Amino acid sequence: MSVYLLRRLIQAAGVVLAMSIIVFVGVFAIGDPVEILISPDADQMERERAIAALGLDLPLWQQYLIFLGKAVQGDLGRSFVFNEPALELILQRMPATLELAFAATFGAILIGLPLGLYAGLKPNSLASKGIMAGSILGFSLPTFWVGLMLIMVFAVQLGWLPSTGRGETVEILGTRWSFLTWDGLTHLAMPALNLALFKISLVIRLTRAGVRETMLMDYVKFARAKGLSPFRVTFVHVFKNILIPVVTVTGLEFGSTIAFSVVTESIFAWPGMGKLIIDSINVLDRPVIVAYLMIVVLMFITINLVVDLMYSVLDPRVRLDSK
Amino acid sequence: MSAVVGQGAPIEDPAKVKVETPFRRFCSEFAESKLALGGLIVISIIIVVAILAPFISPQDPYDLAVLDIMDGRLEPGAQSGDGAITYWLGTDDQGRDMLSGIMYGLRISLTVGAGSAFIACMVGASLGLAAAYAGGKTDSIIMRIVDLQLSFPSILVALMILAFLGKSVTNVVIAIVVVEWAYYARTVRGTALVERRREYIEAAECLALPRYRILFRHLLPNCLPPLIVIGTMQVARAIALEATLSFLGLGVPITEPSLGLLIANGYEYMLSGKYWISFYPGIALLVTIVAINLVGDQLRDVLNPRLQK
Repeated sequence: MSVYLLRRLIQAAGVVLAMSIIVFVGVFAIGDPVEILISPDADQMERERAIAALGLDLPLWQQYLIFLGKAVQGDLGRSFVFNEPALELILQRMPATLELAFAATFGAILIGLPLGLYAGLKPNSLASKGIMAGSILGFSLPTFWVGLMLIMVFAVQLGWLPSTGRGETVEILGTRWSFLTWDGLTHLAMPALNLALFKISLVIRLTRAGVRETMLMDYVKFARAKGLSPFRVTFVHVFKNILIPVVTVTGLEFGSTIAFSVVTESIFAWPGMGKLIIDSINVLDRPVIVAYLMIVVLMFITINLVVDLMYSVLDPRVRLDSK
Repeated sequence: MSAVVGQGAPIEDPAKVKVETPFRRFCSEFAESKLALGGLIVISIIIVVAILAPFISPQDPYDLAVLDIMDGRLEPGAQSGDGAITYWLGTDDQGRDMLSGIMYGLRISLTVGAGSAFIACMVGASLGLAAAYAGGKTDSIIMRIVDLQLSFPSILVALMILAFLGKSVTNVVIAIVVVEWAYYARTVRGTALVERRREYIEAAECLALPRYRILFRHLLPNCLPPLIVIGTMQVARAIALEATLSFLGLGVPITEPSLGLLIANGYEYMLSGKYWISFYPGIALLVTIVAINLVGDQLRDVLNPRLQK
């Protein structure tokens, strides 16, 4: 186990390093940072001094090492726009994004599991066919389009839910949360549903496939033959076994939920880090772009690692030494 | 470019003698699903409309001379100030006829979507073939990159590319190609691994044919069915991704609005109840994507050898 853990950790570290090279080369080498960092009125002397101060006259690999050294210490540069450390800027907005992503993930399980269970238990009913058709739509419709439709129906036409912002927040441990106030919850509902849509479809399909597969298993037949109530068979015997893949995939999807919150946050003006990155790309605020990409990549790799390790703990059939 | 979308376009030719050819069987099996057939018809109409947009649209939406700012944000069905045209789908804030705007927007959405999916297909299929055929180190390096890339969500990869290269249509195409090539590579490799052990490849190798000939004339045609299915689906995904990026303001420039940008333009007016500026381009986008997906779904059933009757 520990060898496996170590190997996976080294692998993950390798990927982080590779991504840092890609991001560094992509952001700092393709564009010309001098153009952006130094004011156009500066004379030649000033320019050269600034270039030397910023280390832009060094070979690229040295620049990269300096960047890496600072990054390890949590210094990813200062935002040109906000004139604040880029990392802090991102971290300030992270709770809002995490709140949205968690709400979406829980929503997806709460909505997706029952629907998928129903569709799996009664695959030929009309309602199940409707659910499956809906899940295809959930897969293929662009998130932003659904978000707009939600706003149009629930905010503009019906006026039930507010369309933008986080609403009233409560401060706990230094960060503000929306889900603890009624007003915050109404603000959270639509963006969370919007972000959850893809995952709802995914959970429905996984659950349905799992249920249909498990229902044919001998142990389910045996439980039935023993005379257990259908309720008990479904919720104790079948349910337990379909949960593993559902939980794994939902966990793995958490990273992409954070990435896709870029779209949802832009539509609903949710003040998270996704909205920040779009604004930063638009004004070419490179340190913030780098900080965002590095943090999301790091999150991603951590999530993959944790899910991988959990999977091998939960499911003994995953042979660790064979990898 | 639209050739990718129009894959199964010629449905049947009754003039010819009815012989059971593979293509004919393919067509009749495809036509079994009325939904997919409907999707195909809708796609064909959309492609024709997009190609003929300059001739059939009521207005040239980019000819500033015909635009009248006084006609801005008119409701659907309203008459223009001089009574010359009726705006069936309303106008946007510049007084541009939405119907014409959508027709021109479709052109850009389809070109960018189908074009980049096509390039991604070429790149991905070539690399997938190379990986399967060469095996060993080449294979493991290419597939490692594929695995790594597929573990990141498409939007993140696309954002990264656009953050590196800046905003432009070319860069959107590059972003979509980078996002999508891995799907093609993985699909083609999977099929090619099976095919390359077949006798006909061995025969071709015994004839000492040049390697590229074996790859592209012998191996590739036999990997086509799954490639076509993936290709169809990926065109829909490319169109959706382009629309998303344009909606975020990272895609096509304002001078060449695709459907996504049209939707973004109307977004600010949506809250004041002027829904049509966003709504109708959105419907056009939705219909396009759903129709392509319906066709792709049926293609998968028809082309899957395991389901063949």
